[in-house]
Amino acid sequence: VSTAAASTLDAAPRGAAVRVVSVEGAPSVSQRLLEMGLTQGAVVSVVRTAPLGDPLEVRVRGYLLSVRRGDARLVRVEPA
Amino acid sequence: VALLGNPNVGKTTVFNALTGYRAKVANYPGVTVDKKHGPLRGAPGVEVLDLPGTYSLAARSPDEMVAVDVLLGRRDDVPRPAAAVVVVDASNLERNLYLASQVLETGVPVVVALNMVDVATSRGHAVDAGALSARLGVPVVPLVASRGEGVPALVDAVRGALERPATPPRLVAFPDAFEREVEALGDSLPRTREGSPLPDAERRRMLLDVGGHAERRAVEAGGARVSDALAAARARLEAAGHPVAGLEASRRYAAIGPVVDAAVARPAEERTTATDRIDAVLTHRLLGSVVFLALMTAMFLSIFSWAAPVMDFVDVDVFGRLQEWIVSAGFLGGGLLESLVVDGIVGGVGGVLVFLPQILILAGFLAVLEDCGYLARAAFLMDRLLRWCGLSGRSFIPLLSSFACAIPGVLATRTIESRRDRLATLLVAPLMSCSARIPVYALLTLAFVPPVKVLGFLDARALAFASMYFVGIAVAVPVAWILKRTVLRGDPAPFLLELPPYRVPRARAVLQQMTAQGGAFVLRAGTLILATSVVVWALSTFPRDEAALARRDAAVAQVEASRAAEVAAAPEASRAEVEAAHDERKAAVEAEANGELLRRSAMGRMGRAVEPLFEPVGWDWKVGVAVIASFPAREVVVGTLGVIYGIGEADEGSESLREQLQAARFEDGPRRGEPVFTLASALALMVFFSLCCQCVSTLAVIRRETGTWRWAAFAFGYMTVLAYLAALATSAVVRALSA
Repeated sequence: VSTAAASTLDAAPRGAAVRVVSVEGAPSVSQRLLEMGLTQGAVVSVVRTAPLGDPLEVRVRGYLLSVRRGDARLVRVEPA
Repeated sequence: VALLGNPNVGKTTVFNALTGYRAKVANYPGVTVDKKHGPLRGAPGVEVLDLPGTYSLAARSPDEMVAVDVLLGRRDDVPRPAAAVVVVDASNLERNLYLASQVLETGVPVVVALNMVDVATSRGHAVDAGALSARLGVPVVPLVASRGEGVPALVDAVRGALERPATPPRLVAFPDAFEREVEALGDSLPRTREGSPLPDAERRRMLLDVGGHAERRAVEAGGARVSDALAAARARLEAAGHPVAGLEASRRYAAIGPVVDAAVARPAEERTTATDRIDAVLTHRLLGSVVFLALMTAMFLSIFSWAAPVMDFVDVDVFGRLQEWIVSAGFLGGGLLESLVVDGIVGGVGGVLVFLPQILILAGFLAVLEDCGYLARAAFLMDRLLRWCGLSGRSFIPLLSSFACAIPGVLATRTIESRRDRLATLLVAPLMSCSARIPVYALLTLAFVPPVKVLGFLDARALAFASMYFVGIAVAVPVAWILKRTVLRGDPAPFLLELPPYRVPRARAVLQQMTAQGGAFVLRAGTLILATSVVVWALSTFPRDEAALARRDAAVAQVEASRAAEVAAAPEASRAEVEAAHDERKAAVEAEANGELLRRSAMGRMGRAVEPLFEPVGWDWKVGVAVIASFPAREVVVGTLGVIYGIGEADEGSESLREQLQAARFEDGPRRGEPVFTLASALALMVFFSLCCQCVSTLAVIRRETGTWRWAAFAFGYMTVLAYLAALATSAVVRALSA
């Protein structure tokens, strides 16, 4: 996987499936993201954004999760 | 037996099915906060305890901490459960098994309740409970708890687990280096009260959750030695290539993946569900906002338009008649006792009970929105706006609930993970105009705002009413903003919120919520408000100035004495007029004498003491009395104004109180003879009541939830100061504008 293709979850195109590469940030934040299923290798997709542009509605492991852009920026992803 | 599970998996429904006990059912995480337990059906002596929903044993919110503490036997008030039922959502197994796998490691015998099998089937998922059970090493019982399917089998499985606990294989493999550190920690940590080392499950949590609940507890008990040991252990793990951050989640999901693959047959392509289609509208960029605003408007309009006829009926036909009947029946003798019952008890408690319809309507609305899954979307939509003032979408539900009553609002903050966000939400929640403010707004609006159109189309009264709601919100924004930048400053917490699948709201769940809220309100009216009404009545009646009382009786007698003579002397045709003139004189004499009595009473003295403070706003000492008397509950002010400005029936619908207020004049001072209530001073009083924290119940619940009187005192202090300043400003601005 080339690093050029890697990006962060907040920048992922709507509706496209992406794979989680890593989750960064302070343990208090990253642990929560990981627990909710955003672990390395998980396939996720951004379904849509809230009317005010933030947060994002993300499908992960078969359910819908609301994630703020700021937190989504900690999730490095690559095209699945 | 403890019942655990993620939020939104139907855990409370399973609880009801297991116990036959009607508990509250909720869709939003955290409504099931209170300790709820009931006997297990068909198993005498076994209690089922419903724990708050949680995604992980790494507890963050106060709710989750309760769940984890109970499970690990850390609470003194609850014995360690003999078994745990983990409720999982069959249509969302991966994330649900995360918690289940954590519970398996605690050593408690586990039964997995595989709920919502019907939902999974409708999505094309075929879940094999037998395969799941074989992989997990514990019984797995498929359920549709909402229809009661599978419940007897679950009861049998629980009884089996209690008699013959299974020893499940270790599902999740942690690196050897980690296991060694967990082992080693036992020596550097303080022992339990019984002298044994802390349990394995607790040591794992401590090591894994950096700055987490388990770590904080251990550091509190053991001090720096513990934090040093943990830091050293984490550093060694990091050096060995296993940093604790992410270690648990990656290992756990890696272990769960194959389990799910073995037990669930899924279609290659996920079906588009009804939830997807509904969300496409309800969280749509434009439509979503329109629907949200329409729903909120409809909710508030319905409170007023649907409740009004019922309220009038209760008010006039029930309590009004009751008062008349007591007086006319005369069995209380017309003296002090009758005054206590009619003015104090029926007037005070009845004046508050008329709001029951509004509270029920709002509770019903919220319950429907919550049960169908919309409230989570509302939080999703509002997160951006709330973040602007330092809060998050999670604060939305507590704040919305506070429009009904601040108490459920404060309780709903328990689901907020960040303590700072929670405190900030809880401190601004009482600024939302609760239903107890409605009588105050209604009385003053009808009495002093002229029924004219503003800008040609806006009804001035409706505008004044709506403005009061706006004032609270407008003040809450900067207050939250300042709090989050001063006393509650800290790193932002992540905002992660599950958006549960939509479902048809269940009538039973909605009715349960409505009765719970309504019941709490009636209880409050029957206790606190009853007591307040009696105290206010007593303080305004005593100490009785016997001399003034005698003067009143003498004056009344004098009017009566001259009546007979004058009526006899008057010509036949004008006798009725003379009678009427005497009635008026008698009423005037009585009113003046009653004012005199009130002024000399304990309440009157307090009112006069604060008069200098209220004079700049344009209020007289009687308003001071009303404000002080309504300290326990702001809705009491309507009854108090009635007692003070005129004796007799006093509720916001009564013409007489409205007229009494319109007729009120300053008794002395430079403005003697001028009306007390003008548009300026009436609006100022409304603003004061929209911002003040005149509610003992709210203060008590803030104290209970924060564990200290400090925050309750802070809320009362800042709100009272703001209310006073805003009233002063309102009065000045309105006077300047109308001049």
